[in-house]
Amino acid sequence: MAVQEITYREAIVAALTEEMRRDPKTLIMGEDIGPSGGPFKTCQGLYEEFGAARVRDTPIAETGFVGAALGLALTGYRPIAEIMFSDFLGVCFDQIVNGIAKHRFMSGAQSTVPLVIRAIGGGGLRFGAQHSQTGESWVLSVPGLKIVCPSSPAEAYGMLKSAIRDDNPVLIFEHKGLLSSKGEVETGAERLLPLTGSRVLRPGTDATIVASLAMVPRALGAADLLQADGIAAEVIDIRALRPMDTSAIAESVRKTSILVTVEEQTQVGGWGAEVVAQVTQQAFDYLDAPPARVTLPEYPLPFSPPLEDAALPTPESIAAAVKALV
Amino acid sequence: MKTARRGATGSARRAPAAKARGGIGHNAAALSDADRLGLFKSMARIREFEDQVHRSYLEGLVHGTTHLCQGQEAVSVGAAKPLREDDFVSYTYRGHGHCLARGMEMENAFAELFGRSTGVCQGLGGSMHLQDIERGLIGSFGIVGAGMPVAVGAGLTAQLNGRGQVSMSFFGDGACNIGAFHESLNIAQVWKLPVLFVCENNLYGEFTRINHTTPFEDLVQRAAGYAMNAVAVDGNDVEAVYAAVEPAVARAREGGGPTFIECKTYRHRGHSRTDPAKYRPQEELDAWLKRDPLILYRARLKELKLLTDREADQISADARAAAQAAAQRAAAAPWPDKDQDFMAKVYV
Repeated sequence: MAVQEITYREAIVAALTEEMRRDPKTLIMGEDIGPSGGPFKTCQGLYEEFGAARVRDTPIAETGFVGAALGLALTGYRPIAEIMFSDFLGVCFDQIVNGIAKHRFMSGAQSTVPLVIRAIGGGGLRFGAQHSQTGESWVLSVPGLKIVCPSSPAEAYGMLKSAIRDDNPVLIFEHKGLLSSKGEVETGAERLLPLTGSRVLRPGTDATIVASLAMVPRALGAADLLQADGIAAEVIDIRALRPMDTSAIAESVRKTSILVTVEEQTQVGGWGAEVVAQVTQQAFDYLDAPPARVTLPEYPLPFSPPLEDAALPTPESIAAAVKALV
Repeated sequence: MKTARRGATGSARRAPAAKARGGIGHNAAALSDADRLGLFKSMARIREFEDQVHRSYLEGLVHGTTHLCQGQEAVSVGAAKPLREDDFVSYTYRGHGHCLARGMEMENAFAELFGRSTGVCQGLGGSMHLQDIERGLIGSFGIVGAGMPVAVGAGLTAQLNGRGQVSMSFFGDGACNIGAFHESLNIAQVWKLPVLFVCENNLYGEFTRINHTTPFEDLVQRAAGYAMNAVAVDGNDVEAVYAAVEPAVARAREGGGPTFIECKTYRHRGHSRTDPAKYRPQEELDAWLKRDPLILYRARLKELKLLTDREADQISADARAAAQAAAQRAAAAPWPDKDQDFMAKVYV
């Protein structure tokens, strides 16, 4: 019950450990998550504490174990599936979008599907195009899923705990570039965070910057740069993509009149497009300029370090996008 | 649409073998006379339900498409017989028989096919998605093979619960070529899960005969690649299906792991309502129609002096009347409310 500074990775481990202690119906499945603790050590110590029955190393078979998670959820358990790289969601796409997401609806609400899929994604680590995506765009259009994107240890902790207790399927996009980032977290307490809505991280009056995952620290960096130029940017972490609640973002735009979204995905079909559309509907008369979206370019993320760095949004490129509108 | 007639291979034209093989450790528990009559009645009920679905479709009551299982009743009924109420069953878009064999009410099933509010899924699922969670009918999957990993998960539940439950997965020959099939068999065997993989090999994946899609017709061979206990049976002989499945279920309940059961069968009609099934050789169809599971079992029960022709006809007539009455009531049920709270059905 103490506030301590821990990493994003430790926050994930703490949330998993506490929830698995709390509810014997929880269990976790994934590749190399047992005695190895996970390729990113996000399951460290779970096997030792909970044993092989509840911490299950699976074959490299995402369709198999994500589908099995659905079967477990329908029959009384609360499974958690770890997808080692978000890119691998493509392997089990059918189970997620046709099975998990639609099961309750198609059953006439007879069934509940309390499961969590944690997908670890994101660029900047020179993993190449098949191991660097975040992946939210793939599933953003799917009713029945809840989709959250924690950007800090406190969110990784509080949203994961809420997700495990939620009776709906929750897809959590974690970012491997954030795993070592530190922040204050009150572990051991009932510090659950909601799975909807957004959070204002830095107040400002001149522009609203909305970001997610690893783009959040970069947006905060942009706000620092803008501050030096006398522009007070408000930075909002959208953090929950489905169901999407943009009311707080629209409220911010009514104050700032400028909207810039920042996401680590290509522009077409990204959540930024939805945010812009919803905010435009809610606060059209308040906008002083067409909203801008800072995104990845419309090509796969390149491997070569200078090319990958150039493709990712930076504090400088975000600040420049804001300045072009102010 | 593929309408070209595809030639059958020589071996495929042979009548299916009724022999069981594989590592079944003991004989099936004996069936009582009442059990046998129950099996016949259950098959007759499914047959008459499906025939009524066909008539209702022609009347415009069944919307979209539907996949009928006439000819395959012995698999649903024989495999369901050893199951307990607390077991789990997952199945496919050709799943009416599996649901009825578990006791789903005909009226609610018809109402679902008709898109009415009294349907088992309140009209939100349709013919391909009949479900009844309370009866352990955990999912009817419209995507080939997709129910198999889900059955594996239910099998893990059964194993973790430690109460001797099992999970039964019905799927067709077409599913044996999709990735979910292979991942499911592998996981189930590695984890020694109490899962019964019941393959309904009706020789056609949609419109294409198995010899054009699969390197062999005896799908029981697939199990060898996963070191899994396996057995092949005449899927048109309800007692043969039961005799293969019952010991496998018993073994699974005792922690002996999964079994693959290939049931060789045939669908009397096309893949779905719009398919006249012209791609099948007439002599193949004729041979299988002679081996109609209801005809075979009726003859067997007559031989055992459990049923006269008159009594058998009466059972079918009663089932037909029940199906007609159920369909009539379902057709009179109201449409679902268009202003209902749909989001409460999407999220808890």
